[in-house]
Amino acid sequence: MTSIKIKLKEKDVAQLKQVCKEFNNEAGELINVLHKAQGIFGYLPAEVQEIVAQELNLSVAKVYGVVTFYSFFTMLPKGLHPISICTGTACYVRGAEKVLDEFKKQLNIKVGETTPDGKFSLSCLRCVGACGLAPVVLIGEKTYGRVSPDGVKDILKEYE
Amino acid sequence: MNKIKINIDNTIVEVEPGTTILQAARQIDIEIPTLCYMNLGDMGIEHKPGGCRICVVEVKGRRNLAPACATECTEGMEIETHNIRVLNARKTVMELILSDHPSECLLCAKAGNCDLQTIAIKMGIREIPYKGEQSTYKEDTSPAILRDMDKCIMCRRCETMCNEVQTVGVLSAINRGFMSVTAPAFERNLDHSECTYCGQCVAVCPTGALTEVDHTNQVIRNLADPNKIVIVQTAPAVRAALGEEFGLKPGTLVTGKLVAALRRLGFDYVFDTDFAADLTIMEEGTEFLDRLNKYLNGDKDVKLPMLTSCCPGWVNFFEYHFTDMLDIPSTARSPQQMFGAIAKNYFAEKINVKRENLVVVSIMPCVAKKFECTREEFSVNGNPDVDFALSTRELANLIKRANINFNKLNDEDFDRPLGESTGAGVIFGSTGGVIEAAVRTAYEIQTGKKLEKVDFEQLRGLEGIRSAKVDFNGLEVNIGIANGLGNARKLLEEVRQGKSQYHAIEIMACPGGCIGGGGQPLHHGDSSILKARQRAIYEEDANKPIRKSHENPYIIKLYEEYLGKPLGEKSHQLLHTSYFDKSKRMIEIEE
Repeated sequence: MTSIKIKLKEKDVAQLKQVCKEFNNEAGELINVLHKAQGIFGYLPAEVQEIVAQELNLSVAKVYGVVTFYSFFTMLPKGLHPISICTGTACYVRGAEKVLDEFKKQLNIKVGETTPDGKFSLSCLRCVGACGLAPVVLIGEKTYGRVSPDGVKDILKEYE
Repeated sequence: MNKIKINIDNTIVEVEPGTTILQAARQIDIEIPTLCYMNLGDMGIEHKPGGCRICVVEVKGRRNLAPACATECTEGMEIETHNIRVLNARKTVMELILSDHPSECLLCAKAGNCDLQTIAIKMGIREIPYKGEQSTYKEDTSPAILRDMDKCIMCRRCETMCNEVQTVGVLSAINRGFMSVTAPAFERNLDHSECTYCGQCVAVCPTGALTEVDHTNQVIRNLADPNKIVIVQTAPAVRAALGEEFGLKPGTLVTGKLVAALRRLGFDYVFDTDFAADLTIMEEGTEFLDRLNKYLNGDKDVKLPMLTSCCPGWVNFFEYHFTDMLDIPSTARSPQQMFGAIAKNYFAEKINVKRENLVVVSIMPCVAKKFECTREEFSVNGNPDVDFALSTRELANLIKRANINFNKLNDEDFDRPLGESTGAGVIFGSTGGVIEAAVRTAYEIQTGKKLEKVDFEQLRGLEGIRSAKVDFNGLEVNIGIANGLGNARKLLEEVRQGKSQYHAIEIMACPGGCIGGGGQPLHHGDSSILKARQRAIYEEDANKPIRKSHENPYIIKLYEEYLGKPLGEKSHQLLHTSYFDKSKRMIEIEE
């Protein structure tokens, strides 16, 4: 558990509280509220979860439970360049795992993590529908096709 | 509404709409095994997540087997509860559960008392065909509760107790699939959360995932140490339930055997927490009358209602959630702690033994008491007033380890001077008992009249929130009683909003009071067991020659020889305490 305490911007906190109010502070709207909260802050740090818990009159444990259950919700800020590796059937069969391993090695982070300098975050996707280009990697809005483990280093160089 | 007709195992049954298959089966004594299911009927909660799938049955016309606990009966339903398909499915379910469960029954604290083990044994599982990685989690130990999540089967009972019943809200299921586990927010350890150590989660856990921290070995070491004088005190609720661990019927009073067993174990002095309960009444009763009279004389600043403060789980709850009202509870310490202070000062002087060589052990129905004796304010120069608190279950275990044949013991009596108690001290064990004991003394002090009848039935019962009036010779005193922290919270909110109609409120964290404590023999939600234990408590009270705390000759002697008077200087030093604002604790820890 990180011991870094984050200072949230007052206007963001005010916006969050407004969102809760718009949902009538109903506990049943937790997922909707968290979705909007992630939109405001980019991720859901402990401090945001505690505010949501208070506003919706829920235990923090319950909020944390929902955040950890859904892979869309994240407690780590995404990197400046979020990397998503497709691990759908076609890409998998054409070696997506080796590509993933190379990214992990180059960036020295695990899937779901962000590099300490905040530049890159790594995640896996299911089929993006570009099977003709397998294996596929998405970085931000850009799509890379026929990625090989050897080509990973050059791709990352583009973002230096 | 018309009843529904269903067919279970070729028997036609008529049930009310809304009845589940499990409930219907139980009506006609058909047994369907359950694991995650938990019926807390008296609290209005039925925990039926349908998660474990042990209770599956075959319903004609349905493709899949249905979980009996969570499936409602419909008109004409045909159910088979133990055909070959059902039996095979249940076995597979159990094999799958066991495939992700440590095979350490022989070393587990719950061996012999484990719901999972009991069902697996009944099913005759001899092999687990599913091999693979087992999910594992960090072990979490706190002053009172031990979490070993490797053994968790995700029944979610602890979640229901912590959130719905106790409203403490520390536990929740997190993550998903193989990684799912029940944990506090942000996966902090319990001692970094708002856990009150009420132990209700421990009381309902069907496996060894949640147990109390075991202090038995430390107690044994001290018993074996020739340089230590070891004193034991035992709470009232213990004597009404300990017998269950030895096959006796719930509600069998075993006070005499309990004392005999403790003596056999080698305790140098076998005393009674009930004595300290009488002491608590002296202090708390006087404090209450002090406040009440100030109030009646027009004092606008005096704090009423006064709340009882003997329950450490409740005190923790209070210090986290009602920090704006820290001056409302009584300042009196709990009987356990008052006993420790008197033992290590008054009694130590009497027998001329130094504090460092005196070890005080308490036997408690409670898990929070393990935390309470570690509170810094209850120790002197690092030496605690109470060294160890053992649960009723741990004591039973200790007695068995020492090969003592409990049922064959002859009744013995407590030692003196800290072993004599009145009926008022005994009833502390039940919800409503503390306040009734206080009323017996407060009435006589306030009115100057003798009570003809000491039984105040209006204060008795098991309902979560109760209200009663007591007539103090013309002065009507309003009493509120809550057991279970969820109910306590309701009464406290009223006080916070200034709407409370009570002069005094008794609060116990555990449903039923101490008789239903987290350290008691497991009752699995069966409230008839709680009722039986409660009857035993009031029975012991009724049979006592003295039933009012202020008439206890040893209490009178204690004040004459040592304390002076209630709320006097010595009492304040040894028997009273103050409370701490813990609401900011998480922030302080992380800074």
